Amino acid sequence: MALTQKDIDHIAQLGRLECSAEERERFTKQLSSILEYVAQLQEADTAGVEYRYQVDGLENIRNADEVIQCNADVRENVLRAFPDNVGDMLKVKGIFEE
Amino acid sequence: MYTVREAHEGLSKKEFSCHELVQECFDQIDRVDKTIHAFLAYTKEQAFTRAARIDEKISKGHVLGLLEGIPIAIKDNILISGVQATAASRILKNYVASYNATVIEKLEKEGAIFLGKTNLDEFAMGSSTENSAYGPTKNPWDTNRVPGGSSGGSAAAVATDECIASLGSDTGGSIRQPAALCGVTGLKPTYGAVSRYGLIALASSFDQIGPFGKTVEDVTIVFDAIKGADPHDSSSGRASADSVLPHLSRGVKGMKIGIPREYFIEGIDADIQKCVDDAVMEYQRLGAEIISVSLPHTSYALATYYVIMPAEASSNLARFDGMRYGHTAQDTRSLIETYVRSRSEGFGAEAKRRIMLGTYVLAAGYYDAYYKQAQKVRALMTRDFREAFLQVDCILTPTSPVAPFVFGEKIDDPLQMYLADIFTVSANIAGIPGMSVPCGFVMRDGKELPVGMQLLGKHFDEATILATGHAYQQTTDWHTRRPSLTSL
Repeated sequence: MALTQKDIDHIAQLGRLECSAEERERFTKQLSSILEYVAQLQEADTAGVEYRYQVDGLENIRNADEVIQCNADVRENVLRAFPDNVGDMLKVKGIFEE
Repeated sequence: MYTVREAHEGLSKKEFSCHELVQECFDQIDRVDKTIHAFLAYTKEQAFTRAARIDEKISKGHVLGLLEGIPIAIKDNILISGVQATAASRILKNYVASYNATVIEKLEKEGAIFLGKTNLDEFAMGSSTENSAYGPTKNPWDTNRVPGGSSGGSAAAVATDECIASLGSDTGGSIRQPAALCGVTGLKPTYGAVSRYGLIALASSFDQIGPFGKTVEDVTIVFDAIKGADPHDSSSGRASADSVLPHLSRGVKGMKIGIPREYFIEGIDADIQKCVDDAVMEYQRLGAEIISVSLPHTSYALATYYVIMPAEASSNLARFDGMRYGHTAQDTRSLIETYVRSRSEGFGAEAKRRIMLGTYVLAAGYYDAYYKQAQKVRALMTRDFREAFLQVDCILTPTSPVAPFVFGEKIDDPLQMYLADIFTVSANIAGIPGMSVPCGFVMRDGKELPVGMQLLGKHFDEATILATGHAYQQTTDWHTRRPSLTSL
């Protein structure tokens, strides 16, 4: 499966990445060759095969919907990691364009 | 220097203090790590504080646990509260972990001492540590060559005696392959045997934390300490906390060891094949029965892995958006620009490649052809192993098809790099445990380079592969050899 540079731009945009011209060219070539390699999966006979996203056979495990208090140190550490803040609140850019 | 067992006995008999033991590790780090670069950060102060506490206990006649006072190194994608956790990525350059991983809590409870954080390929993506944003780790046997990856730092730190044991993580071979390339023992436990809470995720249905050690016994001691169910990781629900150590010496007499026909591929290094063949003969001599088995879908293993892994990786790495922690792009005008620039500035080439590959195979129109088909082949591969394990107790293969390669040899061709994982990814696909054990050496450019064999076992049956590896180490001495390091 050969990708075009336009495909790369589209995938990059979906993945919230931007590519330089040099990266675009390199990724086009590299991703095409990887996709060509994984295309051999099409040859596998998988008719009627049941699959799951996990191999351990576990079913969904649900926790009770309860608020659990956070350890004070952990809370302090999480707040300290914020790149920008107003008091204890995380400050982010507005989501609406001006 | 010491194994866990030897260090434990030395401490217990007061041959040396815990302070001296920790000092010896940091002396070795000072001597070799400028060249080897196994570590990204040290936790010296914390280590000596803990050592003092252990020494006080010893002076009061306290009977030490096996890991009490033992210096251990931790891969830098596992969280220790208050210590950096970069995953060798620029995007987490200044990140300090907010909490402890479950494995860290467990090791702390056992009294282990952390020396620092070890190098890896960025976000554990790679087989050489060349993808680390902070520079590669060197192979201690030949510093022109890679130590393997992604847990190259953890493997090299054990091989150079910078620590006694270490923790790594294995998504497609990231413990076993560097263990083989550095000449140490490394275990990837069954998926779900060890909690992943506090491990920076690469591919959540493959990732497992596991130990590196100088012997199978050491690996078993650390595995016993970190295993068990954890409410913070639902996939660990079936894990047993029972100790494996008491079963280690049961031997291999009458044991059935399977050799998969499909693993003797073109492209495997003939000298490596010879070492593995010799190991098979040793097992025969020890009374094991060698049986040829078939894993018919083996040829699809890498293709299956390189669809599902990037799909999961692209989802996991979506959390790095520059908002709550990690690198945030400056002077941006909009939210979307903050996302795009933070990620583009923060991620290295391999992370970007896998995000894009994963995004592609999950995209509408390609999902069925790639992702769904890979999941079906995954089910077939899991069935292959289940059927093989009806005939045999464990399976023996080479760990890596090639000896440690020279820096730069594969870095520009991702597909060539991915082929380094050809024998290891199947265990992650099927969720079974695997271990690499040193089984010989090959000569390249006048230097001896270690070779590893891989033992694969049934789900949650680490005991069998550990006992099988231990039996081999009782009659061979490959695992006792250390790189000379005199030229460093």
